[in-house]
Amino acid sequence: MKVDIHSLNKAFENRVRLGIMSALVANEKVEYNRLKELLNVTDGNLASHLKALEKEAYISIEKSFVGRKPNTKYFITKSGKTAFRSHINTLELLIKNQM
Amino acid sequence: MAKDYLKDITEIRSMMEKSSKFISLSGLSGILAGVYALIGAVLAYNIAYTTIDDVIYGEQLVRNAIDNAQVLILIAVSVLALTIVTGLLLTIAKAKKHGVKSWDETTAKLILNLSYPLITGAIVVFVLYSNGIIGLIAPMTLIFYGLALINASHFTYRDIKYLGITEVLLGLVACFIVGKGLIIWAIGFGVLHIVYGSFMYFKYDR
Repeated sequence: MKVDIHSLNKAFENRVRLGIMSALVANEKVEYNRLKELLNVTDGNLASHLKALEKEAYISIEKSFVGRKPNTKYFITKSGKTAFRSHINTLELLIKNQM
Repeated sequence: MAKDYLKDITEIRSMMEKSSKFISLSGLSGILAGVYALIGAVLAYNIAYTTIDDVIYGEQLVRNAIDNAQVLILIAVSVLALTIVTGLLLTIAKAKKHGVKSWDETTAKLILNLSYPLITGAIVVFVLYSNGIIGLIAPMTLIFYGLALINASHFTYRDIKYLGITEVLLGLVACFIVGKGLIIWAIGFGVLHIVYGSFMYFKYDR
């Protein structure tokens, strides 16, 4: 069976983005600082990848205040979930075919 | 190429686990908790069951247990405190080793989900105690402890769920053979912790 490599989502090619999506798919909401800690990346790096995913409407932001401190949480959107699932499915097919 | 995709999948899996599950639980703390419980059970046995020279069965034995309630409670609390302290220390050590924070949202969720059944159980046990229904206390502690483990297992290793189910089953069996509380306790909190702790130690910690 032939698998179309192009059906691999370009938005998820990067490891940081893959990590963000994995964390968000497993949790209802994840705080910015928690993502930073999980992925072990710099602010600039994380922010740019978050922005890119947000632009694709795969993730969304919820801003609130804890006392006076701003608190930013991220969550996966419905289309994000669908896109990520089909990305994983393609990965699996590719692996099976090349074994 | 295939290796790359595999690596992707592996990383997705590990991130999903790491972000949603409490994986700093050490099997070693289970083993030690079991050892403390067994020591506690032996101490309790010596106090509760042998102070009267001629221990028969039934009421006398139960009354004797009530007389020694304070010492028994002290033993139970000491075992509990030692278990918690050991658990905390080993968890912090393991978290450090894996480079994750030991206290995060998952930990909070784990403790919250443990505490609903545990607090309910504590109240039930208190009610039983104040009504003198001593015989059902040991089975109830096992049942509620097991339910707490099942409830919290969504946020940590799946093995905890099976430990929980075993504890509940043991507690239910114990309901029918009232009077063997200490042995049931020694099995539930001692032996089962050692068995599951060793299993988890060899599966995850090494």
